[in-house]
Amino acid sequence: MDAQTLTYIFVAFTFSVYIGIAIWSRAGTTNEFYVAGGGVPPVLNGMATAADWMSAASFISMAGIIAFAGYDASVYLMGWTGGYVILAMLLAPYLRKFGQFTVPDFIGTRYYSSTARVVAVVCLILISFTYVAGQMRGVGIVFSQFLNIPIFWGVIVGMAIVFVYAVLGGMKGITYTQVAQFCVLMFAYLVPAIFISMLVTGIPIPQIGLGAQVLDGSGLSVLEKLDRTLIDLGFGAYTEGSKSTIDVFAITMALMIGTAGLPHVIVRFFTVPKVSDARKSAGYALLFIALIYTTAPAVGAFARINFIDNVHNAEYADIPAWFQSWEDIGLIGWEDKNGDGKIQYAPGAPFQGKPTFSDERRADGSRKITNTATGNTNEVYVDRDIMVLANPEIAALPAWVIALVAAGGLAAALSTAAGLLLVISTAISHDLLKKTFAKGISDKQELFYARVAAATAIGIAGYLGIDPPGFVAQVVAFAFGLAAASLFPAILLGIFDRRMNKEGAITGMLAGLIFSFSYIAFFKFVAPEMNTAEYWLFGISPEGIGSIGAVINFTLAFVVSRLTPEVPADVVAMVNNIRIPKGVNKPSMH
Amino acid sequence: MMNEENNDAYWKANIRLMLILLSIWFLVSFVFGILLVDTLNQIQFFGFKLGFWWAQQGAIYVFIILIFTYTVMMQRIDRKFGVSDDDEDDAAKNEEVQ
Repeated sequence: MDAQTLTYIFVAFTFSVYIGIAIWSRAGTTNEFYVAGGGVPPVLNGMATAADWMSAASFISMAGIIAFAGYDASVYLMGWTGGYVILAMLLAPYLRKFGQFTVPDFIGTRYYSSTARVVAVVCLILISFTYVAGQMRGVGIVFSQFLNIPIFWGVIVGMAIVFVYAVLGGMKGITYTQVAQFCVLMFAYLVPAIFISMLVTGIPIPQIGLGAQVLDGSGLSVLEKLDRTLIDLGFGAYTEGSKSTIDVFAITMALMIGTAGLPHVIVRFFTVPKVSDARKSAGYALLFIALIYTTAPAVGAFARINFIDNVHNAEYADIPAWFQSWEDIGLIGWEDKNGDGKIQYAPGAPFQGKPTFSDERRADGSRKITNTATGNTNEVYVDRDIMVLANPEIAALPAWVIALVAAGGLAAALSTAAGLLLVISTAISHDLLKKTFAKGISDKQELFYARVAAATAIGIAGYLGIDPPGFVAQVVAFAFGLAAASLFPAILLGIFDRRMNKEGAITGMLAGLIFSFSYIAFFKFVAPEMNTAEYWLFGISPEGIGSIGAVINFTLAFVVSRLTPEVPADVVAMVNNIRIPKGVNKPSMH
Repeated sequence: MMNEENNDAYWKANIRLMLILLSIWFLVSFVFGILLVDTLNQIQFFGFKLGFWWAQQGAIYVFIILIFTYTVMMQRIDRKFGVSDDDEDDAAKNEEVQ
């Protein structure tokens, strides 16, 4: 059977499993809809958290980013895993003990203020929508490449699936589908990685293969070969960075505390039965995430080697089929600048912007590009997102592996999208309606509004996926920067500083939010031409500015709280209570 | 107010453990993987430059160990101070007997 047929079968099979689980685990109460009844075992919650966390970006883009950025990509590897250490020790157990439904719930109750709650809801919605648009886009890319369905219909199918299990099942449905999705995406990520590691180094464990010798008789290790090849082609060494140390430091910090402050991740720890289970499940979550995050650097390095071996100095007529199939959907583009009929790969952009194609083809069958060529010798444009998806084809792996990767990419995108849509709908039905603007509604009405909010959010996310505004790719920094600068400090201080009052927390959140938002918006949208180290504050890029935003938040919150009235006694008692694991209750019995 | 003293002592023990583990967290990622990366890269480690290995592999392994260490040690501390959330039914029974 060919890859296309197998892909249809794999995708149809996994989708019916997800829907089956959704029907089996329908939610009947708000408690089940918001936090799966608070009864998810820690190992399963670890898997669900891992699936929730590993988005289309982790699955599809990360190895590609590593392949092209080398050491510089370490910020993502450390940043997106180190956050779980902070989560496990500083936030998750205490938030579980607090025992309510949402992150704004905690902030609103701890800071005895509806204003604080609404500020938290605004942060949450900004963060989550930024994130979810990218997921729907990922669904679209996978469908269009592997199933030959236009991106529009791909997104519609994805929306329909998420609709069934998020709207019907709420957190309960999402949790158990995420467990299934984790299994699919992990298998889909590791199988090709093992194959490729075997091909390049003869060692089946990619983490070890990355340090092993290449099987080309050169006697060089993978990383030595990459360093040499890249330097020969005029790039910097793979294992050395090009970013300044302070920027790498700031980005890693912003990603770590941003991870710990992401509402859709935090809320997963509300679903386990006990405080000790929250700690354990953070450990399992990181273990499962690390399976993929320690494999990704190997996949990235092997992919870069294979790409250069296959493409550099190859004649277009002899190029493998994968090159043309990605060229057909516009993610690869080639301009034969020196007219020798061969593809030359070198540093720099081959032409200005993303490739735009005319309808004509050149004599050798390659697509004509209408962009203005640049002055350097690089002739090939390659979208970094295709590395993981194209890897099995580049390495000529069996057709079922290609089908598996497609199913895995969809699992990654759908699981994260569902988790994000749930926190958005919860924040609206629970925090904005039930707790702020429509206090009298019954549990049943609240559940109804939660479903309406989830359906609306899916519609908006789908629209963003079909017709992404140009800035979507630019704003990932927003999600982490805003979480790091607004929610994380407010939650941390709420647990560890008994003297922190509403005045301090609200000032801190707003200052952190506005500062980071303005900084990122200025360099990304207002004056993108100034987005270079020379204009940055302390040499910190917009990606890393969340860490400065967090420092501003902490400092202002501390100063303001010491100059304003003390915290009411019942709130102090609540803080004392959440510090002790004993006496944990089911979520929101009060 | 025995209970309050006990809870404060528990909280201090928790903070001490957390600070030790977080220093290791900082050391393996920010110090080994970022600040000292160039120095450590002079050393070869199973086919890797050592600084690069910490940044793309080692730090992540240590993070996992840190969380599980925290989980196990905290369980002990919880029990020592009698604030554990396990066997809550047993604890409730004991109180009734007394």
